[in-house]
Amino acid sequence: MNDARPAPRFPLPSELTDVAGAEGWASMYPYYTRFQPGDDQRFWFYNAMHFPEPMPAFDAITAEAPYTALGANTARMFVFPTTLGIEHRIVNGRVYITANPVTDPEEIQRRLAEFSERAGYYYENWDELYQGWVARITALIDEVQRIEVPRLPEFEDPEVVFQAKGVAQNHYVRENYHRLIDLYSKMWHHHSEFLMLGYGAYVVFFEFCKTSFPEIPDQDVARMVAGIDVILYRPDDELKKLAKLAVEYGVDDLFVEGCEPDKVLAALAARGDGGRRWLEAMDAAREPWFNMSTGAGFYHHHRSWNDDLTVPFAALPGYVDQARRGEPLDRPTEQLTAERERIAQEYRSLLAGEEEQAAFDQMLGLARVVFPFVEDHNFYCEHYFTTKFFAKVREFGELLRDQGVLADAEDVFQLNHTEVGQALTDVMLAWAAGSKPVGSAHVRETVAERKRMLDALAGWSPPPALGPVPEALNDPAVRMLWGITAETIRAWSTPTADGDHEVRGFAASPGVVEGTARVLLSANDIGQVREGEVLVCPVTAPSWGPVFGKIAAAVSDIGGTMSHAAIVAREYGLPAVVGTGHATKRITTGQRLRVDGDRGIVTILD
Amino acid sequence: MNTSSHVRRFAELRLTDRPTVGGKGASLGELTFAGAPVPPGYVVTTTAFEAFLGVLDPDGEIRTAIEALDSEDTEAITRVVTPVRERIEAAELPEEVASAIRGHYRGLDSESDTPGEPAPVAVRSSATSEDAEDASFAGLQDTYLWVRGEDSLVENVRRCWASLYSVESVSYRRRLGLPEHDLAMAVVVQRMIDPRCAGVMFTRSPLTGDRSVVALEASWGLGSALVSGDVTPDKYVVGKVTGDICSRTVSAKLRQHRMDPSGSGVLEEDVPEYLRDEPCLSDEEIHELVRLGRQVESHYGAPQDIEWAISRNLVPGHNIYLLQSRPETVWASREKAPVASPKARAFDHVLSLLGGAGSGPGGSTK
Repeated sequence: MNDARPAPRFPLPSELTDVAGAEGWASMYPYYTRFQPGDDQRFWFYNAMHFPEPMPAFDAITAEAPYTALGANTARMFVFPTTLGIEHRIVNGRVYITANPVTDPEEIQRRLAEFSERAGYYYENWDELYQGWVARITALIDEVQRIEVPRLPEFEDPEVVFQAKGVAQNHYVRENYHRLIDLYSKMWHHHSEFLMLGYGAYVVFFEFCKTSFPEIPDQDVARMVAGIDVILYRPDDELKKLAKLAVEYGVDDLFVEGCEPDKVLAALAARGDGGRRWLEAMDAAREPWFNMSTGAGFYHHHRSWNDDLTVPFAALPGYVDQARRGEPLDRPTEQLTAERERIAQEYRSLLAGEEEQAAFDQMLGLARVVFPFVEDHNFYCEHYFTTKFFAKVREFGELLRDQGVLADAEDVFQLNHTEVGQALTDVMLAWAAGSKPVGSAHVRETVAERKRMLDALAGWSPPPALGPVPEALNDPAVRMLWGITAETIRAWSTPTADGDHEVRGFAASPGVVEGTARVLLSANDIGQVREGEVLVCPVTAPSWGPVFGKIAAAVSDIGGTMSHAAIVAREYGLPAVVGTGHATKRITTGQRLRVDGDRGIVTILD
Repeated sequence: MNTSSHVRRFAELRLTDRPTVGGKGASLGELTFAGAPVPPGYVVTTTAFEAFLGVLDPDGEIRTAIEALDSEDTEAITRVVTPVRERIEAAELPEEVASAIRGHYRGLDSESDTPGEPAPVAVRSSATSEDAEDASFAGLQDTYLWVRGEDSLVENVRRCWASLYSVESVSYRRRLGLPEHDLAMAVVVQRMIDPRCAGVMFTRSPLTGDRSVVALEASWGLGSALVSGDVTPDKYVVGKVTGDICSRTVSAKLRQHRMDPSGSGVLEEDVPEYLRDEPCLSDEEIHELVRLGRQVESHYGAPQDIEWAISRNLVPGHNIYLLQSRPETVWASREKAPVASPKARAFDHVLSLLGGAGSGPGGSTK
């Protein structure tokens, strides 16, 4: 850290130029997402963890809603002493963020008084409040599914008249669309509700471990805290169950490497009783467990398993094979629990004395209380709710298509959420007037232009950061989630010493292996992954979990030791290097790699 | 193998046996008792020395004469001790002492890592008095390497004993006024290891004092290359709790020290090019060393600084030896305030950290 190298320098926001062929990108996003002149004085980093691709116009809501909720939670609701909220900007389709710290000591003290009472209330009643949270979020998921997209019939239902309802269907186009957006916003508030407090408790334990054991690997801290019975693993567990059933019902021969879901389903339907029973079992598992986005839940085109069975069917052949050989598929939860306890007890026994051990017990205890939320919220929010949300937006897209505004329902995602409101208003007016929506020509042109721009934007390599680097970058949440520290920033901005052969990141899961690279830029291509390959991706999400059963190692551009790639890799016992910044740009599919998960180094061997 | 008061095998010894087997012998015994694979050996005890000297100097006249010498009068010392040394080196050993030394040597021979040849042993003096710990004294004593065969062994034991009566040794004792009549010396006889690689192991981090890791350094050949700084060693850091190798640095190891089997010396030479950048240790060897290190640490109840070697000749699984273990002293002497203390409520730790306490969870709260 006492390093004589010059401070790294990143481009200023004002120095960025529009990507050729996408000069009109700014028209896709609301004005408040643009970089402002004063922003050149601030440090921004590219949030590639959540937003690894250019944002389609509608999907910009997946930045707007979270940052509305997250900042409200830290700055206004719990009054975190040292941090307000996060600001985001979009440039060339990419989301950059910065955090607003509180540095004035008096101000921190004033906020601390509030924070102590408010956070204290949540910590003290955590389990009970968390139960309430699960009920609230589940109710919200029900509610989003119940939203009706009006059909706009030629004549209103007679009951509107005979029950004297007095309000016509076109009104509900707007009301229900707004409710959909409102529910999405609410979901993000609940998402944030426990999250930062949860991270806070984890970070305290983390810092304690790092001070007591300066050389403890981050992953060991995570191993002491990580839950065993975590909802995140449930979809994968369901696949394992289905694999066992395939063997039991004698349909296992249909699940082979590279099999296509549609063909397998058709073959199953023609397989008599065994096939039928297997399909029933899959249908039972689908709700809710197949509501897993293939991404992190921030893009409409990262479909869920329910929308596209490619991911589960990419994982099934391996599991079926294991089941056929009689290998145990169930996670050895008792063993994992015992191992977690052993690790914690051994570290505890290495502490200097009883006083430290008592503090350790408190911090570890609290971290374990809060962790179920940290681990499980993702399934409820980014996966289950978000899958249902995008499905409902698609239904509004179908309405726009049926009314002639859009050529394709999927095109609704090329309009931002206020523009969708306008297009729906157009439909409401036309239906009332008995005319055609005037938007048909105008909107279709916009859609086509934006698709072209997104293609052009996808080829842009966003700088990992913009603006002057702050002296200290200590925000615990930033470090934990994004794996961004002063060191990473320096690594990003300095060419590596070992030329083109090494990519460095965080050692996230131990072990050293060699394998062939499979670079995946989009989660949609996950079906291409083959047994024994090294997965190289911008970021991984929980739904990629099943693929971890067949890969040899994982490498990601973004992510800290508590990122999903890291958690899942440890669970599967594979080496992982995360937070490399640019592995997907440096490595190409087919190259031989050595992944050193002990040191956080990926070596390109070719 | 029967043992006697004249000769005792490492396996029978503990630290408390120091008065009869000397510091070196006692600590090798304790390390063996801790379950460490110490190269096999035994100690020719002070009892054997006394029996030998009892024949040579039955009335203690020699010792009385030496005690009367002036530490500054080197000439007089030389005059008195030279014939004493000659007599020691030439005298027959009492029968029971000689047969014990020879018998135990034959026992070692059967454990040889080069079967068919007489086992090469190192013969070292092992001083019994606390003062003998003083480096200036220890340095005066003798070590004989590559001793092969019973006759040569007996000869070298005598040379060790005789070294007590070197001019330097005697001057030193006279300077300190140490009594000659209590003086005794034990001699360690230990099977020699020809190491493929060797190094040190700290059961806490030498860099940070972290007690949750074991730090290993390794280089080709003898450990002396590493200890003397003649080579940049490979470095490994291993987590004690998980056994994970957290960091691994393979250095270009340009120099090595090697046993010179033709004599008693050590060859210092360049490492063959093809070996320079190769890691000295396999993962299996690292894990086994760490396991042994932890076992020894737990035996002594404190972090250790261990010297180890891996035999060139023996098969994996039987080739790792610990040569020495000492308590770690650098970090042990630095008393540290507790990193954190328990608070009234567990979440007070969070309030304290997020409240801008800054340096860590140790900051106090109301």
